[in-house]
Amino acid sequence: MADRARIAHLLRRATFGPTAEEVDAAERAGYDATVRRLVRPAGADSAAPPPPVFAAVAELGKDAGRADRQKANQQRRQQVAATIEWWLDRMVAAEHQLAEKMVFFWHGHWATSAQKVKAAPLMLGQLQTFRDHGRGDFAAFTARMVRDPALVVWLDGQKNTVKAPNENLARELMELFTLGIGNYTEGDVKAGARALTGWTVDRRAGTVRFVARRHDRGAKIILGRTAAFDADGFAELVATQPATTAFVAQRLWFRFASGEPIADEVKGRLVAAGRDIDDLLTALFTDAGFEGTRGQLVKQPVEWAVGAMRQLGVRPARLSEQQRKQLVSGLNGLDQVPLRPPSVGGWPAGAAWLTTSSLQARLRLAELLADYAAPPVLDKLRAAPAAGRTDALARLLVVDGWTDRTRAVLAGAAGKPERLLQLGLVSPEYTIH
Amino acid sequence: MDALTRRKFLIASGVVGAGALAAGATAYTLADILGTAGDGDRPADAGTLVVVTLYGGNDGLNTVVPYADQAYQDARPDIAYDAGEVLRLDDSTGLNPALKGFHRLFTERRLAVVRGVGYPKPDRSHFRSMDIWQTADPVRPGTTGWLGRWLDTAGGDPRLAVSFEPALPPLLAGATSAGAAVPTNARRGAKGVTGLGRPAAGEPALQARAARCFADLDSIEAMITEVRDAQPADPDADEGDDPATGTGGRAELGAQLDLVAQCVEAGVATRAFSVSLGGFDTHADEKQLQEILLAQLDKAVTGFVDRMAGRPVTVAVYSEFGRRVRANASDGTDHGTASNVFVLGSGVRGGLHGEQPSLTDLDDGDLKYTVDFRDVYAGLLTDVLATDPQRVLGGWTGKLALTGS
Repeated sequence: MADRARIAHLLRRATFGPTAEEVDAAERAGYDATVRRLVRPAGADSAAPPPPVFAAVAELGKDAGRADRQKANQQRRQQVAATIEWWLDRMVAAEHQLAEKMVFFWHGHWATSAQKVKAAPLMLGQLQTFRDHGRGDFAAFTARMVRDPALVVWLDGQKNTVKAPNENLARELMELFTLGIGNYTEGDVKAGARALTGWTVDRRAGTVRFVARRHDRGAKIILGRTAAFDADGFAELVATQPATTAFVAQRLWFRFASGEPIADEVKGRLVAAGRDIDDLLTALFTDAGFEGTRGQLVKQPVEWAVGAMRQLGVRPARLSEQQRKQLVSGLNGLDQVPLRPPSVGGWPAGAAWLTTSSLQARLRLAELLADYAAPPVLDKLRAAPAAGRTDALARLLVVDGWTDRTRAVLAGAAGKPERLLQLGLVSPEYTIH
Repeated sequence: MDALTRRKFLIASGVVGAGALAAGATAYTLADILGTAGDGDRPADAGTLVVVTLYGGNDGLNTVVPYADQAYQDARPDIAYDAGEVLRLDDSTGLNPALKGFHRLFTERRLAVVRGVGYPKPDRSHFRSMDIWQTADPVRPGTTGWLGRWLDTAGGDPRLAVSFEPALPPLLAGATSAGAAVPTNARRGAKGVTGLGRPAAGEPALQARAARCFADLDSIEAMITEVRDAQPADPDADEGDDPATGTGGRAELGAQLDLVAQCVEAGVATRAFSVSLGGFDTHADEKQLQEILLAQLDKAVTGFVDRMAGRPVTVAVYSEFGRRVRANASDGTDHGTASNVFVLGSGVRGGLHGEQPSLTDLDDGDLKYTVDFRDVYAGLLTDVLATDPQRVLGGWTGKLALTGS
């Protein structure tokens, strides 16, 4: 693979969507140096907007009136909406692109929805935990997550007590977050639920509290080990299993490299990199098998839209309120709004995004995004001679090349830059990566 | 609304055989399709199957309630229904009070209740169990759904199997073809992009599939623009009390079924529809929440069955599992196993089918299934879709006759 194509492939996967200038710079720096900079960027990210701060929603007593309740609910909804818009803006603006994309990866992994959690501060807290702890040792990260207030609310952890174990969190922890299905028994789920008993959530303060009398102090047998496991002990046990390292490596490969089954030798090399997430990412992007994964992922709708905004010079924060609403509504039509995963299993992948329904939504959103495009971007397209505009579009959108089919359709719109952008964004070549 | 005839539908669309394209063949022209008239046209009495998926694991014991069984009352005293609350089906069994329309359909012999439906070695993961139900393979659920495999045998035209959900459920994915995911808020938007639907030599498989969407969209749009009046989905519509963990499924079942009814009335080619309702993962405070969801199901499905009266349309309702017999102390229930399947419609053999699993002879706290779910599928494939079920169900020979007299 030519160096530029190799670098472009890396950046399409490790960022939300590179600009042509970012590919130019990475090409000058070289592949390995680019991987190092992506995985371990220097300093703080000064370009990334800080999280919003919200006024506390009034605590209502049992006898509060309907109007007060409605007002509080509306306030909560507005805060969640503002958080979604902020995050989309941050995805576009962040210079530490892989760090931001990893936050999105973990959001899909520990998939928690604001629909049930409702409180924006809890969701913001979870994103911060992804940011602060999602990049080193996975076991330490897991210990943080089992007491993450949003996750505890989402999976009924606050209802899990010694008198009445609730299995929701323990089951999903083992099935979806750490070991993967087939690596534990129903008995492990029941014992794990007992280990996680005793945590309560103060939704208003956004904190968890351990209440000793609600905790089951008895001995539990989990994965064949007997101990008086508590949340920390249980998290440590499952997160340090070899099955967990293999599971996490596979999930990263699945989202950053390929939807095809992972080859055994690739899996072996990733597992050998260990449980440190940065080491795993480095191993993934420099693996001999990574280069051959071009075209094997469908861009998730958020990746597609954020990448397009980066390339078209669109900052959600600079759009009007109405336009931001249209953006989120467009993503809703594509069935992927941040903070609202459809289930605890996270977002779909691959061909599930390629439906006639999503294509219609993509056509609409592409039209809007092309409409928002920054004037210098449109000028650049106009500056190219009509015959060269399809190539200028390929450079702008960091597409390796067009098929004759797509080139023919694009050529028909060469005179209309906005239309050209829309067609480029919905083209089969841009839809996958 | 104009009745949409099949001929009009064909003329309005640039039809492409999805299965053929997936296999790498070139696109058919409209003339090729019209040339097949006679083998593709839908017989007047051809059945339509509507599969309703309840995501999250609906609590079967509080849906079809064994109210007279003391073991039921003992296992879940705070969330059990008593004899005075249920809508009686017989001296031991009653429906959840929210299922008033279902109760009427039962008395009219238009509702079959199949009890104890499950599969060997039950899996209590939402996702694994839903995969098992949708692929009909309890051992090694693969990437093809049972209706997708039916579509493969039926020629692979995506319009034969339609889902009104933005993402295609595995249920409708075949090996060489896939059903169409049709939005409930469609509008014509494909003007001038049809050219992107042409296959390009040597492109990656996913890119080819992305291209094929343009071709499919063209044919689907022609069908749907004439039969649509559903409102666009509101992202905040289901923003009420929502104490269950999301495990997939849609909120607006009524709108989806309205669209199905319009399609059936217009005589479209579609033989199988997939719709869904989510939110059944009731680990806590179950009773009120489940009643709200069952009331939605009742209203939407009963209205649909009444509207389809006299037509060969059959509805099947299932969930990925039932729930634990014993309640947890959050007034909810954890993941369980066997549960009920509802089959509704004019040609259905109404009544109770299958054996109610014992509430005391349990498998690790859960019900032992009495009817294999593939028996139900086999009955639907035979009676509604007129297909040899063994071809679709990997040689499965069991069958439960749920329609006909």
